[in-house]
Amino acid sequence: MNDTNKYNRDKVIIAENLTKKFGHFTAVDNISFEVEKGEIFGFLGANGAGKTTAMRMLCGLSIPTSGKGTVAGYDISSQTELVKKNIGYMSQKFSLYDDLKVWENIELFAGIYGMKEKEIKVKTDELMEILNFEDERDKLVGSLPLGFKQKLAFSVSIFHNPKVVFLDEPTGGVDPITRRQFWELIYDATTRGITVFVTTHYMDEAEYCNRVSIMVDGRIEALDSPKNLKKQFNAINMDEVFQQLARESTRKAD
Amino acid sequence: MKQLMSFIRKEFYHILRDRTTIMILLLMPIIQIILFGFALTTEVKDTKVAVLAPTNDEVSTRIIEKINASAYFHVVEKIHNTVEIQKVFRDSKAKLVVVFEDHFSEKLHHTGKAHIQLIADATDPNAATSFTFYASNIIASYQQELMADSKNPYQIIPEVKMLYNPQMVGAFNFVPGVLGMILILICAMMTSIAIVREKEMGTMEILLVSPMKPIYIILSKITPYFVLSCVNFTTTILLSVFVLKVPIVGSLASLILVSLLYIFLSLSVGLLVSTLTDSQQAAMLISGMGFMIPVMMLSGMIFPIENMPVALQWLSNIVPARWYISAVKAIMIEGLGITSVLKEVAIMILMIVVLITISLKKFKIRLE
Repeated sequence: MNDTNKYNRDKVIIAENLTKKFGHFTAVDNISFEVEKGEIFGFLGANGAGKTTAMRMLCGLSIPTSGKGTVAGYDISSQTELVKKNIGYMSQKFSLYDDLKVWENIELFAGIYGMKEKEIKVKTDELMEILNFEDERDKLVGSLPLGFKQKLAFSVSIFHNPKVVFLDEPTGGVDPITRRQFWELIYDATTRGITVFVTTHYMDEAEYCNRVSIMVDGRIEALDSPKNLKKQFNAINMDEVFQQLARESTRKAD
Repeated sequence: MKQLMSFIRKEFYHILRDRTTIMILLLMPIIQIILFGFALTTEVKDTKVAVLAPTNDEVSTRIIEKINASAYFHVVEKIHNTVEIQKVFRDSKAKLVVVFEDHFSEKLHHTGKAHIQLIADATDPNAATSFTFYASNIIASYQQELMADSKNPYQIIPEVKMLYNPQMVGAFNFVPGVLGMILILICAMMTSIAIVREKEMGTMEILLVSPMKPIYIILSKITPYFVLSCVNFTTTILLSVFVLKVPIVGSLASLILVSLLYIFLSLSVGLLVSTLTDSQQAAMLISGMGFMIPVMMLSGMIFPIENMPVALQWLSNIVPARWYISAVKAIMIEGLGITSVLKEVAIMILMIVVLITISLKKFKIRLE
């Protein structure tokens, strides 16, 4: 194990021929890719293309039918508990409890990830200052505006300093300015060495990623930096790249 | 352990922040007990009485007069043979039939002993207990008078017979019934709603992705409702003992033991419901329609099981509360020990095992 760890030191996510079948339906069909430390990896695809299933496998929620993968150096089939300890996760539904106060939410999730009380306290103060949230600390999360909630949810998902954070359409429904601020937080996280794995359907966001993969019908049809992809598909923006690929889809979106 | 503690604390925040719900949950048993307790206690006044005195003699006439003179009774009819008793009840002409034995006076004077039968319509068991008690008292006081007048020891033996509800099911039945209902409501309904809410809000996903073990999630969901159930159990028992004067004849320890078992059973019902559905409304409907109403209708709380059609009697066997209520009745009211409710205990344990097995299977499938 140590050997593979050393060998893959900078490859935080490795997927090799990952496949997930539900009966006769192949949700994820033989996908392979690698994500490096500190990278922002965009994971694109239409609804029903298999994004969620692939992400669930990487998070240790679903065991691959065949193929293998490692996240943060741990096998996603056999070491799911260790995988879970080393990742953060935020979904489009925000994942915070509306009827808990801001600090209670932080304390809860930090507690779940086994952080020490003292550490939680110090880091909470720090976070409140960075986010300019000092006045909101004792407010119920339900009373905060959407943009605030999202920023808080992201901060909570990386509060325990995971190696990778998985973001599942994190910016759904917010205005472009808040989205911009949100991405600043993401960039900030990468400077701390956290790898970001993000799904989105905003194509302008795809441009912010270091590399982007596009899934069609369970397979990865394209994987490169936004710049190279645009060149390859002879497109002016990522939206056009996506449209060209999505046209090939034979699967019905759900 | 710390993981679990911070999670349990969070569950308590959820419940305590929702003021309305917690108030309803805490007050409901109190209100129900008081409501059932006092609404079901019927004032016995002018109860209609029919009399069957084959020999119209001195003593029986005196007793009939005494009964009629009291504020509780009103003699409306004299009947002449036992066949008419059924008819009197069926036509609702009387609630109580007083039957004297043949040659009542003669027997009393010669042998010093005579029998009176008090046949009551016990469809309303509370009322039936009260008025047969009053009637017996009237007869006893007349016996005293006779004794005072002469030196012979006279003995008039009243024999009470309850018709239509011989075991008096329903007398203090509502206390076990309310317990059975409240506990299943809190444990099954509230637990399933609490778990399903996490699914609906999307927070369940986050928890599953976290290193938190699913069993911890379930444990911490269950803990607050377990505590709440214990509080409600205590208030219900205190109220029924001190306000309604329903005594705990059997041992308190067995009562608590059986109740804990039932709480676990209800919690596993809630767990199963939560694995079957994804929305809070569905969870509420399933536990409401699927468990609350059967508890009220089929558990013997309102309608005695013995009087149900066979198909419903059979159906009542799968209602958890039926077994709990029957065990509580045996312990609390009849004063039987834990050994006489082994059947109920065994059935409840069996139900817990089956429910937990199904839930765990379902839970795993969901994770896939």
